[in-house]
Amino acid sequence: MTNETLAQYANLSIYSAMVVFTIAMIAFAVDLSGAASRVLVAAPETQKESALVGAGSSVDAPAFPVHSDDPGRPRRRQAAGVAMMLTRLGGLLLIAAAAMRGLSVHRPPLGNMFEFALVGCMFVVVVFVAISLRRDLRWLGLFVVGPVLLTLGLAITVFYTDASELLPSLKSVWLVIHVTVATFSVALFTIAFSVTILHLVKTWLEAQAASDPNAMSRARTIVNTALPPARSLDRTAYGIHAVAFPLWTFTLIAGAIWAEQAWGHYWNWDPKEVWTFVIWVVYAAYLHARATTGWSARSANYLALAGYGAILVNYMVVNVFFVGQHSYSGM
Amino acid sequence: MTQSRMDTRPDESDVTQPTLGTVGLLRWAWRQLTSMRTALFLLLLLAIGAVPGSIWPQRNIDAGRVADYLSRHRSTGPWLDRLGFFDVYSSPWFAAIYLLLFVSLVGCVVPRSRLHWRAMRAQPPRAPRRLERLPEHGQIEVGGTPEDVLANARDVLRGRTFFGKHGLGRHYRVRSDGLTLSAESGFLRETGNLVFHTALVVVIVAVAIGHLFGWRGDRILVTGKSFSNTISAYDTFDPGPWVDTEGLSPFTVAVDKLDVSFEEHAGGAQRGAPRDFTAYTRTQTSPDAPQIAQTLKVNGPLTFGGASVFLLGNGYAPVVTVRDASGQVLMHEATPFLPQDANYRSVGAVKVSSASPKQLGFFGFFLPSEYVDRDAGPSSFFPDLKNPALALGVYEGELYPQGRPQSVYTLSTEKMTQLRNAKGAPLRLLLKPGQTAKLPGGRGSITLDAVQRWAGLSIRYDPGKVVALGGAVAALAGLIASLMIRRRRVFVRVRPAGRRTVVSIGGLAKGEDPGLGATIDDLLSAIAQRSDTTWSDTKGTGSKV
Ligand code: HEM
Repeated sequence: MTNETLAQYANLSIYSAMVVFTIAMIAFAVDLSGAASRVLVAAPETQKESALVGAGSSVDAPAFPVHSDDPGRPRRRQAAGVAMMLTRLGGLLLIAAAAMRGLSVHRPPLGNMFEFALVGCMFVVVVFVAISLRRDLRWLGLFVVGPVLLTLGLAITVFYTDASELLPSLKSVWLVIHVTVATFSVALFTIAFSVTILHLVKTWLEAQAASDPNAMSRARTIVNTALPPARSLDRTAYGIHAVAFPLWTFTLIAGAIWAEQAWGHYWNWDPKEVWTFVIWVVYAAYLHARATTGWSARSANYLALAGYGAILVNYMVVNVFFVGQHSYSGM
Repeated sequence: MTQSRMDTRPDESDVTQPTLGTVGLLRWAWRQLTSMRTALFLLLLLAIGAVPGSIWPQRNIDAGRVADYLSRHRSTGPWLDRLGFFDVYSSPWFAAIYLLLFVSLVGCVVPRSRLHWRAMRAQPPRAPRRLERLPEHGQIEVGGTPEDVLANARDVLRGRTFFGKHGLGRHYRVRSDGLTLSAESGFLRETGNLVFHTALVVVIVAVAIGHLFGWRGDRILVTGKSFSNTISAYDTFDPGPWVDTEGLSPFTVAVDKLDVSFEEHAGGAQRGAPRDFTAYTRTQTSPDAPQIAQTLKVNGPLTFGGASVFLLGNGYAPVVTVRDASGQVLMHEATPFLPQDANYRSVGAVKVSSASPKQLGFFGFFLPSEYVDRDAGPSSFFPDLKNPALALGVYEGELYPQGRPQSVYTLSTEKMTQLRNAKGAPLRLLLKPGQTAKLPGGRGSITLDAVQRWAGLSIRYDPGKVVALGGAVAALAGLIASLMIRRRRVFVRVRPAGRRTVVSIGGLAKGEDPGLGATIDDLLSAIAQRSDTTWSDTKGTGSKV
């Protein structure tokens, strides 16, 4: 039995979150577009600071004050402040939506594509907010809230599935473990993907700025100043991948245990298993490439993008179009 | 850079030009194969090679769909088949990729393990002359003699004291060299990495064990019947090449009752979706062991000494009685029908070989919730028994021409003719439970007595699965260690400065290590505290003297 009213409230909560995220997105964009002027105002002070901090350290001296990790130096960035507040609010609305959806069906809300999307978005926002408590991530907000908004939109329209109980093969603790961790690591991969894209953009802009700064268009200058240095972006992306990969490895193992209990073989090359494996191998190749001499961080990062491409295929294409034992999209 | 000295991974720049001669060539090829670049290439190849198996139907999963694909793609199909696209995971080229990868893996792990073993027992290297050249460094003046301060530094590095935000510092291996200490920690990183790679080999070996010594069999069991674990009891049996098919463990399983439920409330695509299947069984581990009542569910297999019994399917078995003209029972049996769609429109055949003068065969559909679709004919609108009916056509002739084996679910009609009604159209029977239909021409009658369910049991034995699980868990643990632990070297040097002592410290990490600076600060402040000095609040890694 399902509770339809509660499911309706869950949807309402999702719509509210979407409104909140839309405003947050606009605010983040406004904040980024002001980056260039902030640098100009703050420039003299910065040089002094970076001279101090940079001494004796081989790491790159902070080039701009905007993305300093130091929370002790508040800068007036009202738009970004509003955006962060709204992002937190949106996160709470998503948590509420997931909880109500779960209560309405008496199980974790991880039974079909709509629910995966909802919980995935919730994890993305929660992780983003959690990291932002310790680090200044205001530059990243737009590139997290944007994809979340897009996914929620798809979820509530295209993927939407009525609240209902589970197929018998989905009734297992391993479902909860496997799918929760899978969704969580996909959330991490999503954030890492955004950062990786930004890294490629920033690398390209830095090269331009170095060769001929005067030829840069205003838009490029703004983006270039709004983002942290390429090296730091790369390090952030790698750090997130390094957490997401073991989680994905766990997902794969838990999935195999569950398959063994439900279907009697831990690995049968079902399309969903194939793509879980492909994702794992591509990200393994990414980590490998980073340690391989002769591979630049940039070429390694293309592998990370390929890995995320495989995640998208796994979620959007395999669930819907491929015939297999995992046909649980509910569509 | 000093950093490269900490690498134990094979040095690619070191690949020398091939010397002439076979040995040289072989050595060169081996180096190439076991290089990280090749491993990377093979990994990518493995990912790409796995994809076709999710696009084209695979024989090991659904041979029917493969046959269907081949019949619809007469020009490209055979080519794809020759290239192994319907058996990707057992094709030679896929095997070639993963075998090469694992040869490369072993060839890489063995020498690295040797190096690592040596590195773990070796003394930390001597300190560089100028610590302030290291990526992270610091200096401070404390009270006490150089010897005392050095002893304190050693205690701190050995983890005998609390320091930093995180409590007990980690343990360093320390070597002292006059007034200098060299310390090293984080060997578990490389250990974890080696465990990870070795465990991948273990997983592959486990999969191979499963293929060689494992078997699987499928059996459709009508409720009320039992079966024992011998090859002849199976509908299909698929043993690995090294399985002793005579020595299967002699358990039996009887299914008394099968409970099923389907979604009745939700609408749309969810309506009729399966919700719960439970089989109530009685089992015996051997013919003279006591009977045990056990329930078998979709996620809850029964196990017998390594073999597991899974409930993978279910369906209906109409109980049919066929009588001859005199009323004598020719056949009375529950015949399983195979579901074709989500609403369990099921096909099957009732074969009456004792009918005379000609054998009789009935072929058609069982419909748990019958209605007549204008295009598809007799159909079912729900998977449960809401309006059960059996729709059959009748044939007479020879059931088993030349004694050839055939599927129990279809009728081979090449030596049979279909019975027709008075108007000359093919005769169609529609029976509800309890109903009897008379066959034309004094051929007797057929009755649908009742409808039973059957359980689709799949029995698997895989001696490699525990090994695979162990390998996978070890791989995960190794991976976490390899990604989270940092390999660091720390050097401490003291020199007297009047009645006080100046401590210099420098740190070096392998790879990215954002925490190194903070660690160096923590170590320095711990040494200072222990040397009973006030730690001035100048923080940062810059020079403080
Ligand atoms: C099945 C194939 C393989 C997989 C899935 C795999 C996966 C990985 C992963 C995920 C890492 C990252 C761990 C880390 O960054 O610390 C890694 C590191 C490493 N792998 Fe592999 N690997 C495979 C085969 C190989 C082979 C054949 C070699 C030898 C040529 C090799 C040598 C290394 C080395 C030396 C590292 C350490 C990199 C470092 O941290 O400096 N791997 N591997």
